Amino acid sequence: MVDIAAPASEVEAAPAPKKRRSLGGWVLIAVPYAWLLFFFLAPFFIVFKISLSEIAVAIPPYLPTFDLSEGWQGIRENFAAFSLDNYLWLTEDALYWKSYLSSVWIAATSTAITLVIGYPLAYGMARAPAAWRPTLLMLVILPFWTSFLIRVYAWIGILKNEGLLNQALLAIGVIDDPLTILNTNVAVYIGIVYSYLPFLVLPLYATLEKLDESLLEAASDLGCPPWKAFWTITMPLSLPGVIAGCFLVFIPAVGEFVIPDLLGGSETLMIGKTLWNEFFANRDWPVSSAVAVILLLILVVPIVLFQNQQQRASEKNS
Amino acid sequence: MAKKPIGPVRRDFAPWESGNAKPFIEFRNVTKRFGDFTAVDNLSLTIYEREFFALLGGSGCGKTTMMRMLGGFEEPSAGEIFLDGQNLAGVPPYRRPANMMFQSYALFPHMNVEKNIAFGLRQDKLPKGEIEARVQQMLKLVKLEEFARRKPHQLSGGQRQRVALARSIAKKPKVLLLDEPLGALDRKLREETQFELMDLQTELGMTFLIVTHDQEEAMTVADRIAVMDKGRIIQVATPAEIYETPNSRFVADFIGSINLIEAKVAAKNEAATRLKAPNLDREIAVSQPTEAGVGDTVWFAIRPEKVRLGFDAPQNGAANAAEAEIWDIGYLGDVSIFHARVAEDLILKSTVANITRTVERPISWDDKVWLSWDEDAGVILTR
Amino acid sequence: MRKGPSWFNLTSLVFGFAFLYLPIVLLVIYSFNESRLVTVWAGFSTKWYGEMLRNQQLLDAAWVTARVAFTSATIATVLGTIAALVLVRSGRFLGRTLFSGMIYAPLVMPEVILGLSLLLLFVAVDQARGFWTVMIAHTTFSMCYVAVVVQSRLAGFDRSVEEAAMDLGCPPFKTFFAITLPIILPGVIAGWMLAFTLSLDDLVIASFTTGPGATTLPMKIYSQVRLGVTPEINAVCTVLVGVVTLGVIAASLVTKQQEARRQRDIRRAEAQG
Repeated sequence: MVDIAAPASEVEAAPAPKKRRSLGGWVLIAVPYAWLLFFFLAPFFIVFKISLSEIAVAIPPYLPTFDLSEGWQGIRENFAAFSLDNYLWLTEDALYWKSYLSSVWIAATSTAITLVIGYPLAYGMARAPAAWRPTLLMLVILPFWTSFLIRVYAWIGILKNEGLLNQALLAIGVIDDPLTILNTNVAVYIGIVYSYLPFLVLPLYATLEKLDESLLEAASDLGCPPWKAFWTITMPLSLPGVIAGCFLVFIPAVGEFVIPDLLGGSETLMIGKTLWNEFFANRDWPVSSAVAVILLLILVVPIVLFQNQQQRASEKNS
Repeated sequence: MAKKPIGPVRRDFAPWESGNAKPFIEFRNVTKRFGDFTAVDNLSLTIYEREFFALLGGSGCGKTTMMRMLGGFEEPSAGEIFLDGQNLAGVPPYRRPANMMFQSYALFPHMNVEKNIAFGLRQDKLPKGEIEARVQQMLKLVKLEEFARRKPHQLSGGQRQRVALARSIAKKPKVLLLDEPLGALDRKLREETQFELMDLQTELGMTFLIVTHDQEEAMTVADRIAVMDKGRIIQVATPAEIYETPNSRFVADFIGSINLIEAKVAAKNEAATRLKAPNLDREIAVSQPTEAGVGDTVWFAIRPEKVRLGFDAPQNGAANAAEAEIWDIGYLGDVSIFHARVAEDLILKSTVANITRTVERPISWDDKVWLSWDEDAGVILTR
Repeated sequence: MRKGPSWFNLTSLVFGFAFLYLPIVLLVIYSFNESRLVTVWAGFSTKWYGEMLRNQQLLDAAWVTARVAFTSATIATVLGTIAALVLVRSGRFLGRTLFSGMIYAPLVMPEVILGLSLLLLFVAVDQARGFWTVMIAHTTFSMCYVAVVVQSRLAGFDRSVEEAAMDLGCPPFKTFFAITLPIILPGVIAGWMLAFTLSLDDLVIASFTTGPGATTLPMKIYSQVRLGVTPEINAVCTVLVGVVTLGVIAASLVTKQQEARRQRDIRRAEAQG
């Protein structure tokens, strides 16, 4: 336990040094930086710009389009033509704000269910004999490697009215009539929990596995029974893993498209699906851009929180 | 025959000698197996109230397992453990009147010093005022009053060690278990803390059981030491007895430095023994009887500081002397260690205290010297 | 020493893994179903695999996907490894927070946003959509995954070996290829595999950024799934799952074997010493 003995101040007092960098070093930084600036960050500004445009029967289907050949005048006219109409439209049609609310609600509920299922699993893995652990870890990671679409698809066959779940329940006599699960919100919950379970289990397992077992022994030694030690020691110390895991489930789940589309029903409102329909079915690029901008605004807070946490965790490790 | 005292003694405290003192901690034929590995092998041990007892041994000798069984973290595979008359079988750690100071300290990282110390008291649901008072008392005892609000990672190694100590004695347990408590401290701090621990133990009147691989630490702090090897106890005795009258070559070799000479019993009576070693010209005379018969192979063990070194030959033909050649010299400041080659296959060590700063006739490499020792300087070992 | 797992832990493990694996196992089983009805077992048959192999559209889509995945994974691995090096090694520089933000954000960003924004970029720069746009889109988000994977490998890296190499006269550029890369290689390979499967997997981003002649396998599967569950799709999925599973298991066996060999060598060396 050398780590524990090392004075913590020394570990923390080593800030990343500001180094002099050679030309090669700058090029090294510039390549991925430029790529991300151009293909990740810049598109957001374009999305924002188009969200202020108007739909048009044209290619591309919006107005005004940028045309630099028109010079400064053209750009000014361009800006003058921007309007907030699309955002106003989002507030007028109940479909949109209902979609947002319902997305957040479905994502939050699914995250809670995932935590309830994932915590015991991660805990069981971390407490399993050391020899089993790499295999268990691999078993959690493996579904993550297999196609998301396929895993969602697999549930259709299970949840259908004449599907395997209903067949099994009818066979053992729990129910007399098949349950309608597919194309309801329940199916969406199941799909999200199932698809995102590994995302929650992995960071949680990492923190639980690192938990020094002698802390629990110390608690027990000082008169704390195991169930209480779980709440006073294990739970608070695993909180960073819980938070990271919940973010990893919640944030992408809010914008989920495949799951509500394949498993959900007509009453399932999720913003990812709404955006998709707006874009592919209605071909209204400006409105779908506005939808994306608002979605991004909703997610900015959790994303920033998540990043701060990641950064702190990685600084702690290095 | 009156037994001569060996080394310094705590005059008023030797319950193990009285024969009728009540045992406080008792291991009765305890065995612990992990799979096919036997960590503790049919071991019995008695520890008395207010004793500072040390389990000493190399890694894997079973000392930590012994302590963990007493703490309740391992259940014995066979045998029983009693604490103050109570059979501990099946009692979980959180119901045992023993507290442990962990080698890693196991301080709760999300609680500050105060909360760490109060943790055990809270489990007992003591009134709030009483907990606060006790925590203050503990903080004062370990001199950490100003650090009450700090988190463990904001403390130095020595401070953490003291928090761990305060936490484990806050509940006033019947016995305090110390698992390599000073292993993470540097040498100087370790020595200071050893004496602090001894004072604390006397002050609190608690029974302390310490596990350590550091023989100096065990010798310094403990009233009695159990030397362990491969799951068995080899010898239980006071530090001085362990050092001066080891009962085996293992103990002699494990504690301090020793010269071991293989020899045969040449003659013996009920008070003294004479040995003959093949690679020593003169006989070895020991003022100690032996169970070994004449002609049996035994080992003569003598500590280096009891081997005198001189240029002058002792009386002609007298026992306990050998001519040698200086082979190596180690200067340690307080003492110097000389390796003197007596025969082809026998090098004896002699430590000489550097009692003056200058020497009139310094000993150097290849010098011809005489080694000699007294009749009660060494012991005969039969195993 | 740890005791055996308690019944509670064992139960959570069994239930957790049953939940994770049962759907996939059922999917695989029903791909061998004789009947067209996916949910009624009518005997063992491999006919759907034959059907699948005769479906030219499906095979075309698979070929497009494989090419996209291979190219984007390779570029993403190069970019992601550099990004990881920058994150771990470069200390502070202007815009570091922005940079690390751009690495972590795509990991959680909803795919619909990524897809839409990339499409609008391609439209804005007047880039014809097809194979290349899908490839660039996939590279963009999978390089972030690669960066995170490689970064964790770099975090446990003992820099003194690099310093030793440079001390012995190896210039930095050469040191990277001679010392650093071989040591972080397992992370880089894992990153490549991850990028490959992410690309293989993606439906949403590909749907936004694709164009004529660049229909990927997930898009093909999706359009068929919307029409209903068929054993043929089960067969396609089984093949995909099989390929990925075999790849992951093989990779982990190789690393495990290497690790076992390393441990054995260490023990042997110690025994000799």
